[in-house]
Amino acid sequence: MSIFYPLQLLVDWLTYSVFRIAPQTLLADAVNFFVYDTLKIFILLTVIIFVVSIIRSFLPPEKTRKLLSGKSKYTGNVIASVLGIFTPFCSCSAIPLFLGFVQAGVPLGTTFSFLVASPMINEVALVLLLGLFGWKIALIYIVSGLVIAILSGIVIGKLNPESLVEAFVFQNSLNTNTVLPQMSWIERFAYAKDYTLDILKKIWPYIIIGVGVGAWIHGYVPTDFLARFAGSSKWYGVPLAVLIGIPLYSNAAGVIPLVSALTEKGVAMGTTLAFMMSVTALSLPEFMILKKVMKTKLILLFAAIVSTGIIFTGLLFNLLLK
Amino acid sequence: MKIQVLGSGCPTCEKLFEITKQAAAELNIADEVEYVKDIQQILNMGLMSSPVLAINGKPALVGFTPDVEKIKTVIKKQIS
Repeated sequence: MSIFYPLQLLVDWLTYSVFRIAPQTLLADAVNFFVYDTLKIFILLTVIIFVVSIIRSFLPPEKTRKLLSGKSKYTGNVIASVLGIFTPFCSCSAIPLFLGFVQAGVPLGTTFSFLVASPMINEVALVLLLGLFGWKIALIYIVSGLVIAILSGIVIGKLNPESLVEAFVFQNSLNTNTVLPQMSWIERFAYAKDYTLDILKKIWPYIIIGVGVGAWIHGYVPTDFLARFAGSSKWYGVPLAVLIGIPLYSNAAGVIPLVSALTEKGVAMGTTLAFMMSVTALSLPEFMILKKVMKTKLILLFAAIVSTGIIFTGLLFNLLLK
Repeated sequence: MKIQVLGSGCPTCEKLFEITKQAAAELNIADEVEYVKDIQQILNMGLMSSPVLAINGKPALVGFTPDVEKIKTVIKKQIS
């Protein structure tokens, strides 16, 4: 029995007894789906973001840097990718983060592993995958995300990217003995509460819209309708999904519920995974910001390597999950 | 007392600057709140997140934007 069984009972009661919609109709189906998915996602979001924020309060990027400096190449890539999951990342911190790593002597390849993993594997994406696709797909997403981050970093490191970074980046070297303001447990909880509310405030409209459109598709679009366009037999589905995903960064919260409904109607799972990875990992605004510290060629290289990794993963899963 | 907000100019950083000005005004602190956009200064403090609220050159809040009350508490703590 799923832990959400009581929630399903509540939603059934709401749909059939409170809203008085006749069961077994398209409308009942869509309403039931909408209310259930929305509630489930908000419950998961609240719990998981709160827990991740508490962990985060122990792992500020300054500490991450300390853990990364002096690590050998490959170990560094692995650790950077794993730490990327928990380290808070917003595009406003992309530059200080990049400079801070590089000026403390963290290799560029390792820094890139972090820059890929941190936005791609974030708690919002994780919650939505968990809630809408189940833990197996969520796990596949995390593991393949980590692999892409590790490999992208290693490949970029091999290409001697130093010449493609703006010269001023290397002109400073830093003391890394930072004394961060100490946090008490009360402050950690307050931080986690604020952070959770902040994220919820930012994304709730997207979720409602995403789930709403998803519910409509769920109820009214015939199953397998989309298989003709985006089923696993169509090779171009995955690259196309990645391309569409790049400018959609800020709407990840609404995109995933929508995509979940599309998957139900025949879009291949690998295509869906690739799309979500592209939405979270490849972000146009972040690329614009990074232009301040690196040459366009390096950004394009970065985007190309990560895209290739995502496309490969998508195609692989389309083969495996058929 | 020197109150600085250091940030890259992103909306979160702007917001911290605004509410810090408000907090300083409510505490009757005459000193100007300074907005530093030079990211290297964040790094020189040993930090990597933006925005940062620094009081007398020391980081007091790093990487997030709380409400006015919290900023007032932080400033008051530094005065005493």
